[in-house]
Amino acid sequence: MATTDQEVNELIKKGYEHGFVTEIEADTFEPGLNEDVIARLSQIKGEPEWMLEWRLKAYRRWLEMDEPDWAHVGYPKIDYNAISYYSAPKRKEDMPQSLDEVDPELLKTYEKLGIPLHEREKLAGVAVDAVFDSVSVATTFKEPLAKAGVVFCSISEAIRDYPELVQKYLGSVVPQGDNFFAALNSAVFSDGTFVYVPKGVRCPMELSTYFRINAANTGQFERTLIIAEDSSYVSYLEGCTAPMRDENQLHAAVVELVALDDAQIKYSTVQNWYPGDENGKGGIYNFVTKRGACIGRNSKISWTQVETGSAVTWKYPSCVLRGENSVGEFYSVALTNNFQQADTGTKMVHLGKNTRSTIISKGISAGKSSNAYRGLVKFGPGAEGARNFTQCDSLLIGDRCAAHTFPYIESKNKSAIVEHEATTSKVSDEQMFLCRQRGIDPEQAVSMIVNGFCKEVFKELPMEFAVEAGKLLEVSLEGSVG
Amino acid sequence: MLSIKNLHASVEGKEILKGINLEVKAGEVHAIMGPNGSGKSTLSQVLAGNEAYEVTGGEITLNGKNLLEQETEERAREGIFLAFQYPVEIPGVSNLQFLRTAVNAMRTHRGEPEINAAEFMKLAKEVSKQVDLDPAFLKRGVNEGFSGGEKKRNEIMQALLLQPKLAILDETDSGLDIDALKVVSDGVNALRSEDRAILMVTHYQRLLNHIVPDHVHVLAGGRIIKSGGRELALELEERGYGWLGIRDEDTANETGQ
Ligand SMILES: Nc1ncnc2c1ncn2[C@@H]1O[C@H](COP(=O)(O)OP(=O)(O)O)[C@@H](O)[C@H]1O
Ligand SMILES: [Mg+2]
Repeated sequence: MATTDQEVNELIKKGYEHGFVTEIEADTFEPGLNEDVIARLSQIKGEPEWMLEWRLKAYRRWLEMDEPDWAHVGYPKIDYNAISYYSAPKRKEDMPQSLDEVDPELLKTYEKLGIPLHEREKLAGVAVDAVFDSVSVATTFKEPLAKAGVVFCSISEAIRDYPELVQKYLGSVVPQGDNFFAALNSAVFSDGTFVYVPKGVRCPMELSTYFRINAANTGQFERTLIIAEDSSYVSYLEGCTAPMRDENQLHAAVVELVALDDAQIKYSTVQNWYPGDENGKGGIYNFVTKRGACIGRNSKISWTQVETGSAVTWKYPSCVLRGENSVGEFYSVALTNNFQQADTGTKMVHLGKNTRSTIISKGISAGKSSNAYRGLVKFGPGAEGARNFTQCDSLLIGDRCAAHTFPYIESKNKSAIVEHEATTSKVSDEQMFLCRQRGIDPEQAVSMIVNGFCKEVFKELPMEFAVEAGKLLEVSLEGSVG
Repeated sequence: MLSIKNLHASVEGKEILKGINLEVKAGEVHAIMGPNGSGKSTLSQVLAGNEAYEVTGGEITLNGKNLLEQETEERAREGIFLAFQYPVEIPGVSNLQFLRTAVNAMRTHRGEPEINAAEFMKLAKEVSKQVDLDPAFLKRGVNEGFSGGEKKRNEIMQALLLQPKLAILDETDSGLDIDALKVVSDGVNALRSEDRAILMVTHYQRLLNHIVPDHVHVLAGGRIIKSGGRELALELEERGYGWLGIRDEDTANETGQ
């Protein structure tokens, strides 16, 4: 989780090594997207020819596609030429020189989250360390990982150092033309994470990454690829934050997971992109494609996510269950407050025999927000004996918010079994009165009730993330009472 | 300790309490009796500050402080405890967590340090045994899937943990079998102390065989129409509410609910 100063510096140096010193110091690309911009991006990153070709192919695909409008969200049309597609760390003199220059609201949030002071400085973009937008991911614990044979590095490094693996798997789970945002990401992804766990290896530690959007008017397009070879195991955590800005910012990530025979991947997210202010101004547009392929027999992929941030979220972490007996899981807490909009859920695509999936979704709406669950459970003709269990619970706080559930089931195999449970409840006046009668503050009461509602999902999170997730809910719910 | 003067309250525009007067001193146990619908729960809820009920007139003071100016949670921290007639469930929030949060809210209010999880666990286990609840209940969601009797015992357990100044027990005896009634009564008797007052709200007199009250009041039509000592409860048992000229459909086929 910690991004050490030394590693950050090393990453910057890597950029220097590749001879684009002035480019990197000169920070951000002019807004706009065309083939030249992509070529420049690829050049700065020192990418091989095949990578540039791949990007350009995706870009041409994207030009022919239309932005999806089927999600239960509304936002003004995005001008893709008003966005900058590359932003390197700013020079120190351009950053706030101390915490005194940082938005106090933002600092309050960090304080409540219990983030240590030096981390807060980093997160707030104080010039003590480099802060990354497009240039990503300082990784920790490289040594013990290397001993185990686990590769954990930025995707840019992987393109240079493990080209065969990247060429084999990049786009194998989420094809370039999968959807509008995936195509855009394939063309302009700036960085991201690469994980490779060799056969029979149980990754000796939780791998974690903090993503952050800092620069204004910059899109963030990270790309993550995780490959778990036969009988391997890995648990990966990502945390996301962004500073408060009045403009909306675009985040369009792609995550691909590949699990081979008997392999397991556990992917956890705590997402707290800036949601906009209490009047709905600003905030991140979060349009993300996350998909895992259980290619191998008995393989397993679990998605656990706690999403409290972003102005608009469009996100459906999915599993394609190809291998016999493979298992897909989706545990989700999505909280919206004020004017936030979320359309999120999952797809479980059962192709192999006896494949199983579990979906536990907890949606919480407060303020004037709108929260939709959209789930697809699909059984192919070969999904003999496949099963899905879906539980979809919504909790409303106040009476100006909305919750929607859109479950879709498609089955081409008669032996497949689906169980679906859905509930909608409210934080009731009686529950609030009980808590307050016992001396508990109304805000604390709501947070406690909401945490209780999310318990089944939180217990899937790694320990330290569970604590953080609980606190995040508390912060995100502020002002939702009274 | 508690002083109620000419209290009027209404719910959804309908006046339920029509001028209640009551004085309760520290160390005393008062029983409020009355047929269903007479306003007993309304009185309890109003004392605890439930905003669903509107106070339209009168005064309530606790140790000289004006209660009507205080929010529900402030009243609770000043020592008012209400054992609910129908305790509500809070799914997923463990009883233990709920109670520790409550106890710590009170402690913080008194300027005392918070109690840590381990210490509280020990304390809660002891108290749960006192009301004959398996400590396993501490790990379950607040009232989640509890039987009627278990909910009532859980309420008394909370009173024992929170050590209030004024405990209001709303029909804590209803729905209990003989054994459970004994356990709950023992719990309430354990609460009795010189610096605490207890307001027992009940339809039936049977609880009063176990918890002997100092004063008995009969509430009917939103007013206290008669007050007396212990003997008033016994008389009510013998002669029914009809004796006081009150209609009460329930007393005719009394089953103890
Ligand atoms: N929340 C409420 N909404 C509407 N009417 C209510 C409400 N609570 C109580 N009442 C009415 O107030 C009267 C007194 O009720 P209550 O105080 O519960 O009596 P008791 O506890 O003595 O049985 C009844 O007529 C009841 O229907
Ligand atoms: Mg009642």
